[in-house]
Amino acid sequence: MLEIKDLHATVQGKEILKGVNLIIEPGEVHAIMGPNGSGKSTLSYVLAGRDGYEVTGGRIIYEGEDLTELDPEERAAKGIFLAFQYPVEIPGVPNSTFLNEAVNAVRRYRGEDELDKIQFVKMLRAKTKELNMSDEMLKRAVNVGFSGGEKKRNEVLQMAVLEPKLSILDETDSGLDIDALKIVSDGVNALRAPDRSSLVITHYQRLLDYIVPDKVHVLARGRIQKTGGKELALELEKNGYADYAGEEAA
Amino acid sequence: MSATAETVEQVKSISGEKYKYGFVTDIAADKAPKGLSEDIVRFISAKKREPEWLLEWRLKAYRRWLEMPEPQWSKVQFPPIDYQQYHYYSAPKSDDDRPKSLDEVDPELLATYEKLGIPIKEQEVLAGVAVDYVFDSVSVATTFKKKLEEVGVIFCPISEALERCPDLVRKYLGTVVPVADNKHACLNSAVFTDGSFVYIPPGVKCPMELSTYFRINEMNTGQFERTLIVADKGSYVSYLEGCTAPMRDENQLHAAVVELVALDDAEIKYSTVQNWYPGDEDGKGGIYNFVTKRGACRGRNSKISWTQVETGSAITWKYPSCILQGDNSVGEFYSIAITNNAQQADTGTKMIHLGKNTTSRIISKGISAGKSDQTYRGLVKISPKAEGARNYTQCDSLLIGDKCGAHTVPYIESKNKNAIVEHEATTSTISEDQLFYLRQRGIPEEAAVALVVNGFCREVLQQLPMEFAVEAQKLVGISLEGSVG
Amino acid sequence: MTAVSFLEGGLDANRALPGDGLDWLKKRRDKGAEKFGALGLPTPKLESWKYTRLRPLDDNTYTPVLDGAGDASVKDLPSVGDVAGRLVFVNGKLREDLSDVSDLPEGVRFGPLDEILKDDPAWAEAHLGVVAQDADQAMLALNDAMMDSGFVLHVQKGVVLRKPVEVVMVGGMTDQPVAYFPRNLIVIEPNAQATLVKHHVGRGVGAYFANAATEIDVADGAIFKNYKVQAESMQATHVSTTHARVGRDATFESFNLSIGGLLSRSEAWITLAGEGAHCGFNGAYMMRGNEHCDNTSYIDMAVPNTTCKQVYKGVLDDAARAVFQGKIHVARDAQKADGRMLNKTLLLSNEAEIDTKPELEIYADDVQCAHGATTGQLDQTALFYLRSRGIPEALARNMLVQSFLGDALDEITDAHVREVFMDRVVHWLPAHCYLAGEWKESA
Repeated sequence: MLEIKDLHATVQGKEILKGVNLIIEPGEVHAIMGPNGSGKSTLSYVLAGRDGYEVTGGRIIYEGEDLTELDPEERAAKGIFLAFQYPVEIPGVPNSTFLNEAVNAVRRYRGEDELDKIQFVKMLRAKTKELNMSDEMLKRAVNVGFSGGEKKRNEVLQMAVLEPKLSILDETDSGLDIDALKIVSDGVNALRAPDRSSLVITHYQRLLDYIVPDKVHVLARGRIQKTGGKELALELEKNGYADYAGEEAA
Repeated sequence: MSATAETVEQVKSISGEKYKYGFVTDIAADKAPKGLSEDIVRFISAKKREPEWLLEWRLKAYRRWLEMPEPQWSKVQFPPIDYQQYHYYSAPKSDDDRPKSLDEVDPELLATYEKLGIPIKEQEVLAGVAVDYVFDSVSVATTFKKKLEEVGVIFCPISEALERCPDLVRKYLGTVVPVADNKHACLNSAVFTDGSFVYIPPGVKCPMELSTYFRINEMNTGQFERTLIVADKGSYVSYLEGCTAPMRDENQLHAAVVELVALDDAEIKYSTVQNWYPGDEDGKGGIYNFVTKRGACRGRNSKISWTQVETGSAITWKYPSCILQGDNSVGEFYSIAITNNAQQADTGTKMIHLGKNTTSRIISKGISAGKSDQTYRGLVKISPKAEGARNYTQCDSLLIGDKCGAHTVPYIESKNKNAIVEHEATTSTISEDQLFYLRQRGIPEEAAVALVVNGFCREVLQQLPMEFAVEAQKLVGISLEGSVG
Repeated sequence: MTAVSFLEGGLDANRALPGDGLDWLKKRRDKGAEKFGALGLPTPKLESWKYTRLRPLDDNTYTPVLDGAGDASVKDLPSVGDVAGRLVFVNGKLREDLSDVSDLPEGVRFGPLDEILKDDPAWAEAHLGVVAQDADQAMLALNDAMMDSGFVLHVQKGVVLRKPVEVVMVGGMTDQPVAYFPRNLIVIEPNAQATLVKHHVGRGVGAYFANAATEIDVADGAIFKNYKVQAESMQATHVSTTHARVGRDATFESFNLSIGGLLSRSEAWITLAGEGAHCGFNGAYMMRGNEHCDNTSYIDMAVPNTTCKQVYKGVLDDAARAVFQGKIHVARDAQKADGRMLNKTLLLSNEAEIDTKPELEIYADDVQCAHGATTGQLDQTALFYLRSRGIPEALARNMLVQSFLGDALDEITDAHVREVFMDRVVHWLPAHCYLAGEWKESA
């Protein structure tokens, strides 16, 4: 599904990723943990193709294709989804309009027929029901006036609607109370399938009680320092990141 | 297809031909010689077989105009206008034997409107909109006249109104915008050639949207239409106005005057989608849109609402205003102005509160892109007698690119302690965060910009009648084409 | 030479002026006189003077102050208390008996303009007229021509002045209307810090006309706080023009408390000239009777990464009138500018009038700018609420006015000055009440 080979990336001239290697097979859920400032969010932005995050070395192979030259929207169309740590507000644009635009843009890119209004609304209703969300959230402007929990749930809803092959969750658990965390995890787990993979980025082990990973990686000082099973997360919870602390770690 | 997707399609379809209304219709025209003089004023008046009082009125305006200075206070800049280079009268030849029905209308003319996206017949049937078409200087066809006549609504070219109901015209003409209000309005008073006249009798709710499409076609032609709408007691009318012009290298002058009068309990809703030719990317050509629009809420509980979507013209200079004379009267101004490339716009409104408990609301959304420059200029004036008056103003500017300008110049003058005036304004840009978020969800960059801008304008777009709202949304996308990347 | 109707003897300086004998200053004066002669007094035909007409200058002829005009006995001068130095001027004349600059720290110069012109003409030449260079300001040109008093504050590199310095300018108490033209020059060198409190006070019943000009240079990394109380008399015409330049990572804070003066106009031109520069430009105005108070400002965010915040609030009673004209200008490519402007006014009477014009002129796209303005009366619901709790109406009104203005005074970062200014606000209110003390305690 995804193969990251010796990935180097800089932000504003400063090298943040210094040779990341990672392979995710279809159907797998991987977790990346690490101290603050280790490059976790940078990795997610680099995978999604954000401007200003420059790949200076290495490759990102996704389904056999090098992604590094693609625009964010092309990557999205190919099935890469990033759940933002801080979802962005778009005033005046109703959530449903936004989702409609996104779904049809992706379908157009893939050469599929666009959904008409009725088909789309039907699909959307089904998704919100599945996720136990209210329709009221669809009428409001994207993330405007949403609570922290609502914003994260909105990310999960978008994920459900866009049905990505590779979901990257960037600190989706930050700022969530336990109930919201459950709802979000349920949403993510509902999407688990043999042909879909996830990359869960988090600082805390807590989330991994709900989204159980196949593999856990420790990212520190711009590199994967250690890889293990889910027990690694528990170990980190107990011992902290002291073993991995370098000059970049906070 | 959703609106923004449609916008993108449209942008694609016109790539290479950016201004899609830039065609010239080949119709033999009946023109006055170039230039302006008392003789031209007399020529126009004679051509239109006008009564003596109107000729005198025009001549008075012309003489005042000669003495008046050009307005200097706005931020727009342009070389001095050579008023002698324009034709002040141009009519399609077929005017001599005016068509009695649409079937008789010059097919070429009908085709023109089809290119504009407003096939007369279709629109008649589908939208139920009565349309008055003003082509260069004269009105060429008014649809749905019969149905309107049944309820007593008069909707016709102002030249025809002068024959049908001269007293009504005489009673209201120039009472809202006086002859010498400003240089551009004064010129209009002297040389106006046509425009629409609307009268809604007491208690009548006009059964359909009334609409006028203006188009400047002939080269070097100034267009000076004059619109007068009178809503008698307890009546209601919604009026729509659209404008286009062909692409020309020279600047064409459009100096219109619109006067609205609302009597007791009457309501007028006036919507404009202005899409005159804006000139090319370097600022060559385009329309000078110098328009005076003003409404008088004369009666108690009357209401006048202006909605405008301004995307065209090389230079826009217009301030649709409300004089709130009647107690409890309401004035509204909803505006979207988009400038791109080298366009300049200085636009806004005036709300003059004279009566008790008068309220006004101003929502202005300005988007500047390219090398354009845009100014919101507004006045809220509370007179000592306007007990309990209230105004709310929200004025937001969005800048796209680092070569444009956005300015906000509000004047607030309050002389009544029981009045409440609130003004808020913001200026910002589309954030990189917003664009990345939308693109990560698969929406291409241009569409993402259009989506954010449409969201920014939403409050105003919602005020437009349905048919216009769709067109306006498309225009937002088209107008900003090439402003990112 | 240049005759003007409002000034006895016109602009011809037939009297001793500071810096007589300095060639460069003579040239500056002549140029000012020439320019003022060409421009004349500003009228409402000028956009920036649209709402203010210098009517008292039509009605009176003023005599430029002579030496004797400063001799009157003055008592009970306002002060913020513990200060590093204090200068008192009466009708433009320094009163050494009331001034005290004996205890200034090393590296601080604080004295009357004429003294600096005498002692250090080269430094004066290098700094006077440098920051104030605008093209067409008639009142500045008039000051250029006539400057006859004023002070200099000069804080050297890295010097931190812990206590404020204070200037008191007293006007009035003359038989004939007088005019004086203070010129103030403030230079805060890199990384230096200083706080200045200016009191303008009117005494007696005579009319007077003060036309001040102030130049402020806040160099890189410096912090300068400029607080002014304008409590001129009901016969006073007070015009002040300030030019300030704020350097890289420097902070300029200003608060103008206007509580008196027949006609006052404070015009400020501030340039944020270095990246990281910040300006807090605030004020409050309380006017009654026929007073007219005009605050006009132009803040130029000339380079990237600058911030400015402006809060002006006012209360108008009787037939008083206030004008607020604020403009924030963001220059081309001055990205990441953050500019905020707020003006709120309460009208307490039906004869009062407010004219406000908060303007934004923006030529860079990556900015966050906003302005707001409101006018209205006291919140009637709040008033009722307080009264329903047993608070007498007069007191309830005072409380509401005080809390309304309090928002503006909160912008004063010097806690002691804020307290003194709030005290002045309380004393302006119709009936004094115990609130002042309470407010002090809670603040």
